[in-house]
Amino acid sequence: MELSTDTLTKIDEVVARYPEKQSATLMVIHLIQDEKGCISDGAVEWIAERLEVEPVNIYEVVTFYPMIRREPWGKTHVRVCRTLPCALRGSYKTCRTLEEKLGVKEGHVSEDGDFSIEFMECLADCGKGPVVIVDEKTYEDVQGEAAEKFAELLKNHTLDKDRNFTSYEDGLAKPRKKTVASSKKGTGKK
Amino acid sequence: MAVAKEKRIILKYADARGYSNDLPCYLEHGGYDMLKKAVKSKPEDICEEVLKSGVRGRGGAGFPTGMKWKFLDRKSGKPIYLICNADESEPGTFKDRQIIYKDPHQLIEGMMISAYAIQAKQAFIYIRAEFFEGARILDRAIAEAKAKNLCGDNILGSGYSCEIVVHRGAGAYICGEETGLIESLEGKRPNPRIKPPYFPAVLGVYQCPTIVNNVETLCNVKHILEMGSDAFGQLGIPNNTGTRIWCVSGQVQKPGYFEFECGALTLGEMIYDVCGGLNPGRSLKAVIPGGSSAKVLRADERFTGTHKDGTDFDWGITDIPLDFDGPIAAGSMSGSGGIIVMDDSVDIVEALANINAFYAHESCGQCTPCREGSLWMRKITTRMCSGGAREEDSDLLVSVADQIEGRTICAFGEAAAWPTQSFVAKFKDEFIAKANQPAPDDDAEGPARLQLI
Ligand SMILES: Cc1cc2nc3c(=O)[nH]c(=O)nc-3n(C[C@H](O)[C@H](O)[C@H](O)COP(=O)(O)O)c2cc1C
Ligand code: SF4
Ligand code: FES
Repeated sequence: MELSTDTLTKIDEVVARYPEKQSATLMVIHLIQDEKGCISDGAVEWIAERLEVEPVNIYEVVTFYPMIRREPWGKTHVRVCRTLPCALRGSYKTCRTLEEKLGVKEGHVSEDGDFSIEFMECLADCGKGPVVIVDEKTYEDVQGEAAEKFAELLKNHTLDKDRNFTSYEDGLAKPRKKTVASSKKGTGKK
Repeated sequence: MAVAKEKRIILKYADARGYSNDLPCYLEHGGYDMLKKAVKSKPEDICEEVLKSGVRGRGGAGFPTGMKWKFLDRKSGKPIYLICNADESEPGTFKDRQIIYKDPHQLIEGMMISAYAIQAKQAFIYIRAEFFEGARILDRAIAEAKAKNLCGDNILGSGYSCEIVVHRGAGAYICGEETGLIESLEGKRPNPRIKPPYFPAVLGVYQCPTIVNNVETLCNVKHILEMGSDAFGQLGIPNNTGTRIWCVSGQVQKPGYFEFECGALTLGEMIYDVCGGLNPGRSLKAVIPGGSSAKVLRADERFTGTHKDGTDFDWGITDIPLDFDGPIAAGSMSGSGGIIVMDDSVDIVEALANINAFYAHESCGQCTPCREGSLWMRKITTRMCSGGAREEDSDLLVSVADQIEGRTICAFGEAAAWPTQSFVAKFKDEFIAKANQPAPDDDAEGPARLQLI
């Protein structure tokens, strides 16, 4: 398995943080998955050697955690929250809308590899469900007509530019550059 | 009587205009002053303050933090570790997220004070992987703090050193359970460990004494130091000191997170006054008061009994005080502070089926009653929703749940059993009616297309 020098440097850094090498397992898996999209058999062997454990120690981890993949998701991965608080606000419908518009069923990757959808358990943002995470950004209140619009924008790769949907992350106050004061939108309500 | 006002201590700045999550901003607001004070005090004095404050853990069990710290095995001579539980995985809970994303330095300061107090060799933050940006924010904040000598080597010249490492999970709920978390941190499957002997304070990570505390708990330590344990103990009510961040979700007009003194308001005031009540034309059906694992409360139930001090209580659902002990007195718990509200439009069987799908998905599979039982409970409630169940299925459901409770390695067993036990006991008619529905014609899309609400 070939890894970029950037990933290799990060792996060295991460492994050094722990009193015991094996502790770095999940963090190394995340770094490799970020680069490769999934953890192949080759990756398992590589990690085992790097952390000086047996491959089975890595397999037991890889096969347990929902967010570790043996095959890559689509280029854009959409996670929809399934759990009760979001379901009470319509997440099953939202998931269905996304499936229809993006042309791919939950748990699968579209034929062209562009999109994949995953119905996930509680994403810890339940006050503003249905919650949808696109790649690494969290969108709130994606329901009803908004969900249709959202799916449309997603399909056209224009979600980022649309002012109607600001992710939780983008809604945070921007960090200061030393003394320059920055203003902040919102007070927990939209 | 007017409803109490929010008392934001932990969330004082999180949503304040102009407040950002960087170090300069935190320092402008008095940040790290308490760490400066801490490293000049004796560690045991800080532990004593935490004990005297009466602060209870905000992660779910409500165990007194000072007491937990006292249980640390200091005789073994092994290094001590501090772990911040930032897994925030209990459905209905979204409070730790606000601290991590908006005020990370408060957490780091709380952690460094706590680490110094227990003389930890190293500290970890176990953060759920879905908080992608949250982990980056913490990494950046730790780097900023290190550059100013606020964590890492020789903190503020005190001679005490402690690194904080951010460790990301990978989407498993069981990593919120402290011993599962520890296994995960060691790079293994997060199979919870059996207690005894594996109490983390004695045999935690790397078989060393370890303290695991929730994000909100560790932030409280800073405020205990700032106010003093007496003043902190004055907040809230006896045995329920300080504030709590409640997370309200589900069918209210204005869901959200709110910080109140413990016991400052009732569940009814929270729903009707703070959260703007139910949606127009709707009435209250049920509330789960402490995350999905807590037992459900029915809107028209009466809750009666005797408090520890000998006084009697007779409450309707809206009278239940929001603190640690109130929901327990009502037969449930305040757990992680996640209040899930359901109105009369909710199909209660579908709600339970939704919850059961969660637990079936999240069981680690170590204990037979939990692994098999959670799958059976999902199967039975799903069958009730898709039609074709039998009338006696509701009793079967309860018997499965009863065989999980008390027979497992970790408290996930109870967490999985309580919803079923309470939903069926309190809404039995609806379960029987649902089970008696005829099976639908073959649906081309099959059960996977089933809508659990
Ligand atoms: C199934 C299960 C899931 C849990 N999830 C969390 C969680 O996500 N966050 C948390 O802080 N505690 C969680 N806990 C509680 C922890 O085991 C532990 O008691 C807590 O982190 C201790 O911190 P505290 O004393 O500050 O509350 C969970 C417990 C169980 C049984
Ligand atoms: S109770 Fe369930 S989650 Fe806990 S150890 Fe047993 S099988 Fe695993
Ligand atoms: S239930 Fe969807 S974020 Fe918690």
